[in-house]
Amino acid sequence: MSDVILEIRDVETYYGKIHALRGISFSVEAGEIVTLLGANGAGKSTTLRTISGLNRAKAGSISFMGEEITTKSPHEIVSMGLIHVPEGRRIFKGMTIKENLELGSFTLKDESERRRRMEHVYELFPVLHERRQRDAALLSGGEQQMLAMGRALMTDTKLLLLDEPSMGLAPFMVQGIMKIIKRLNAEGVTILLVEQNAKAALKLADYGYVLETGEIVVKGKAGKLQQDESIVKAYLGE
Amino acid sequence: MSTLDILLQQLANGLILGSFYALVALGYTMVYGIIKLLNFAHGDLYMCGAFIGFLFLSLVSGLLGESWGGILCSMILSMITVGLLGVLIQRVAYLPMLAAPRLSILITALAVSMVLSNGVMALTDGEYEAFSTDLGFEGLEMGNVFVTYTQIALVVSAALLMVTLFFFINRTMYGKAMRAIAIDQDACRLMGINVNKVITLTFFIGSALAAAAGVMAGVYYGSVHFFMGFVIGLKAFTAAVIGGIGSIRGAMLGGLVLGLLEAFGTQIPFIGSEWKDVFSFGILILLLVFKPTGLLGKTEIERM
Repeated sequence: MSDVILEIRDVETYYGKIHALRGISFSVEAGEIVTLLGANGAGKSTTLRTISGLNRAKAGSISFMGEEITTKSPHEIVSMGLIHVPEGRRIFKGMTIKENLELGSFTLKDESERRRRMEHVYELFPVLHERRQRDAALLSGGEQQMLAMGRALMTDTKLLLLDEPSMGLAPFMVQGIMKIIKRLNAEGVTILLVEQNAKAALKLADYGYVLETGEIVVKGKAGKLQQDESIVKAYLGE
Repeated sequence: MSTLDILLQQLANGLILGSFYALVALGYTMVYGIIKLLNFAHGDLYMCGAFIGFLFLSLVSGLLGESWGGILCSMILSMITVGLLGVLIQRVAYLPMLAAPRLSILITALAVSMVLSNGVMALTDGEYEAFSTDLGFEGLEMGNVFVTYTQIALVVSAALLMVTLFFFINRTMYGKAMRAIAIDQDACRLMGINVNKVITLTFFIGSALAAAAGVMAGVYYGSVHFFMGFVIGLKAFTAAVIGGIGSIRGAMLGGLVLGLLEAFGTQIPFIGSEWKDVFSFGILILLLVFKPTGLLGKTEIERM
């Protein structure tokens, strides 16, 4: 058995008065790709925001690499190596691509380590290297996603939370992004992937959970979920 | 004096005035950029800077004299003290209001402004204090244009401070974090940036720059007064808006532009120096009508 890197237990989160997460529990093992699926508003993004500390859990506990992080602030969680690429990419428009990447390495103190990681990101996404001095706002949607992922890899990333990386992208771009996710996983990064594109996500993942109105309604090995037509029809709308 | 000489003399005057405006405008624009607050207490920090510089100068003058050594030392001490005062204000008055509606924090800023100016009024009995220095009146004479070494030194110091700030904002990690927070706070949290710490740093730097301008103004005008921050606060705000509020380069440019316009404005027949405030606020109104985003500002819908 491999180690559990992320453990979520009975977590409840509210958005004002809306009960967005109604007690969800799941875990992610080191080295896995786990995907969270479900319709719009099911609570997928809220789950990620609660893990990374942007939203506070009202009840339950979250632990990362054996350490409780439920009440830690986002910047402390990031410095432990848990990196969240939010929905909509949220790159810093008005700053250059290079500056965006540098900000991703804010928690790094070592300059040579920063350079080494930047080389790695440029190797993964050559287009970012070509345009490194340009305003990030000028990138296309797919390139912005690359920048958001590249920025997340600028530090000692152990667990990567990806929120809808394929959203709004052309099909060939989706394939490219999925390939990159697979490669990062092969390089040792554990991945928790939120997707609307269930087909693409299940093809990649080891394990999947389906969320509906703030609760986990189905879970299982990705291969099984993929074959189970009733699940696919009922929850994933394919 | 020929017309050209008059214009050159006003150019020199405008640059000095403009450097003060620019230094104060920078703090306005940095705080606005990062937490979208118009910090109406900012002009009062300039005033506090002048008074604290005055106090330090009288303390160190025995040791360092009242010339450049003493002035530089008291300016640095005043910058640190007022920087910390700015941080204290942010922590005590603004931090608890960040989640409240925008208007509440704006009114808090007005209250802080009154506390500072009235506090200093009470401490000084509302008197003018003579900011005496040993700086002479020697200077450079170019034709009929005369600029004292003090004036040159003030403009050079202001320029040095601005270049340092520019380097900090564009080249260091914390400077980049500051710019990034102005764009997207949550995304900054996800980069591992301690947003509150950077906001605190912004207040420190902005307040310290205002203090530097305050000390310089004390040296330049030769006196300090509890009310001196009011008009410059409004002028610096005008300068920040002219340049495009939220933009660092805009604040520098806006300050210089406003200083120069005022200096040249005094030469326009029927306007003269008594009307210079009307002139600068008139420019503000015209700008708000025709180019509300300022010279270097970006078009952005902003709620207040």
